[in-house]
Amino acid sequence: MAGKEKGWKEIPIGGLIDRGGTAREYKTGSWRTFKPVVDKTKCINCLQCWIYCPDSSVIVKDGKMAEFDYDYCKGCGICASICPVKCIKMEKE
Amino acid sequence: MKVQEKEKMAKKNLTALTGDQAITEAMRQIEPDVVAAYPITPQTEIVMGFSQLVADGKVKTEMIPVESEHSAMSACVGSSASGARTMTATSANGLALMWEVVYIAASLRLPIVMPVVNRALSGPINIHCDHSDTMGARDSGWIQVYSENGQEAYENAIVAVRIAEHKNIMLPVMVCQDGFITSHAVEGIDLFPDDKVKQFIGEYKREHSLLDVENPVTYGPLDLQDFYFEHKRQQVEAMGNALNTIPEILDEFNKTFGRSHDLVEGYRLDDAETAIVVLSSTAGTTRVVVDELRKEGMKVGLLKPRFFRPFPKERIMKSLSNLKAVAILDRSESFSTLGGPLFNEIKSALYESDRRPLAVNYVFGLGGRDIFPADIKKVYKELEEIKKTRKIRSLISYLGVRE
Amino acid sequence: MKDILEIRWHGRGGQGAKTAAQFLAEAALDMGKSIQAFPEYGPERAGAPVRAYTRISDGRIDTHSGVTNPDGVVVIDHTLLEAVDVTEGLGDDGFLIVNTSESVDFIRRKTNYKKGKIAVCDATKISLETLGISMPNTPMLGALLRVRPIVPREVLENEVRKKFLKKIGEEKTEANIKAIKRAFEETQLG
Repeated sequence: MAGKEKGWKEIPIGGLIDRGGTAREYKTGSWRTFKPVVDKTKCINCLQCWIYCPDSSVIVKDGKMAEFDYDYCKGCGICASICPVKCIKMEKE
Repeated sequence: MKVQEKEKMAKKNLTALTGDQAITEAMRQIEPDVVAAYPITPQTEIVMGFSQLVADGKVKTEMIPVESEHSAMSACVGSSASGARTMTATSANGLALMWEVVYIAASLRLPIVMPVVNRALSGPINIHCDHSDTMGARDSGWIQVYSENGQEAYENAIVAVRIAEHKNIMLPVMVCQDGFITSHAVEGIDLFPDDKVKQFIGEYKREHSLLDVENPVTYGPLDLQDFYFEHKRQQVEAMGNALNTIPEILDEFNKTFGRSHDLVEGYRLDDAETAIVVLSSTAGTTRVVVDELRKEGMKVGLLKPRFFRPFPKERIMKSLSNLKAVAILDRSESFSTLGGPLFNEIKSALYESDRRPLAVNYVFGLGGRDIFPADIKKVYKELEEIKKTRKIRSLISYLGVRE
Repeated sequence: MKDILEIRWHGRGGQGAKTAAQFLAEAALDMGKSIQAFPEYGPERAGAPVRAYTRISDGRIDTHSGVTNPDGVVVIDHTLLEAVDVTEGLGDDGFLIVNTSESVDFIRRKTNYKKGKIAVCDATKISLETLGISMPNTPMLGALLRVRPIVPREVLENEVRKKFLKKIGEEKTEANIKAIKRAFEETQLG
């Protein structure tokens, strides 16, 4: 696993991550096998999906469920499972 | 230390202190931002004394009285990562209990300074001196400096701050001294003026503070197959840097305080044919024996490694290169059946040397068993035999054990 | 021969053998000497036999092993004569000082210490009369200085003042100093 990453002379010492927000650089969307798709006609904007999403991949605009952020959504399906009106379906990529 | 210097010292204004109290004085002068510690014999006097200084308002240090050594080192890790100059102190089972976090402190490159009063690890339970505690931690990534007496412990603690915090090093340091033998013996200690110590150690400014909310950083993230190896390689590099940088720091210390400290300290080695290598207080007793045997015409010498981590290989090889036979004395056992740790590292260093003496090992003083000048003389006499016969009869011997 | 003076103190846990060893060392330090003072720690409890040591030298003291051949021995509690060999390692040119109401001859017979110097001092009695409690370690320092003027008595007394004044007040401190003086005067040599 030597890989193409930086060598020991080029990285901060002690495993330090020397700035915040680095998780943004790692797009986990490619992990997905199933993706969530919302049926807006049934959605009641309760935002349970937004609360439960472990990857902050539910985008809310003006207090309403707007869309999924597929750059980071891993397709775990928690949103579909928690949705009280069953308006989120998991579809094969 | 040279003979003249030591004699000069005796005339100075000295303070009668135990080795533990000498460390407490060093800590008072260093005045760390944070001390998190748990008392354990024979280190207790350090924590007790320093807590008193905090209670009396003599230092502005934040004292964290934790519930265990594991917590002590954990608090030190958090504190040091936040950019606070941090110290703790421990002994034996206390060091064993903080084990997990001892490695973390070194791996996160936190310049914590920890006086360790060497004591035998249980069991059977024992409170007296041997080096099993710190020798067990020799691969933890900490720098280790061993002190002959209270004076050296005091001075090593001060210089350790500079070593730990040096940008090329950034590693924690254990400042070791012999439990009870020096920690509880009162000797005349030459204390430096407070302001001179403060000036020497300077301010500690950490480049990346855990508490800097403007510039958030992460300490201790998961570090798997992709980066862990690189971080370990960095630690090795830092130890290597320490070998080169410590002499520079000691130089500055020596100039400031009128000393002559080095990575190793040789005594009458120039024309010696045989020598003993030993750490800490036993080096003092051995020096006295060297003088006595020299009067009898025996060409004997002594090598006292002051630093064991990093291991001063070149200096040790050079110091021993003209000898015919050398005895390495270990105050701990490694149970490898190959002798003690000091012996094994020196023997391994000598393997590369074209001119190497015959080397034997003596394990001594376990659990505080006293070692007397007569025992040390016996070692020199046996070295004399090896020198003459070029034969080693016993590679590893146990000095002072009942058969 | 020896350039380091070595004294061994015998007492029982709580009688102040360690403190006495340290007082003597610190007084010598005040005189510009090199010093060491250390107790022999075992699993001691109050009342158990304990040893403490003082080393004093004009030169450096590098030795860090226990004292095997003391120049002198001070026994703070005479009941120890029954329990431990107080003359162990003590040479013919040494001295033995015992806190006892018995005579020098009695101690010589009792310890079988034939050739060396013996001194006796009833430090317990002196302590009771001056301090009102049995704390024989400080008077035994007076007895020691009578046998061997290691430091001037005033230096030792100053050391006692320095240590005691804050802790126990002037009256008790001066009582300790009086005890040292009486012990110095009342010690019988043989």
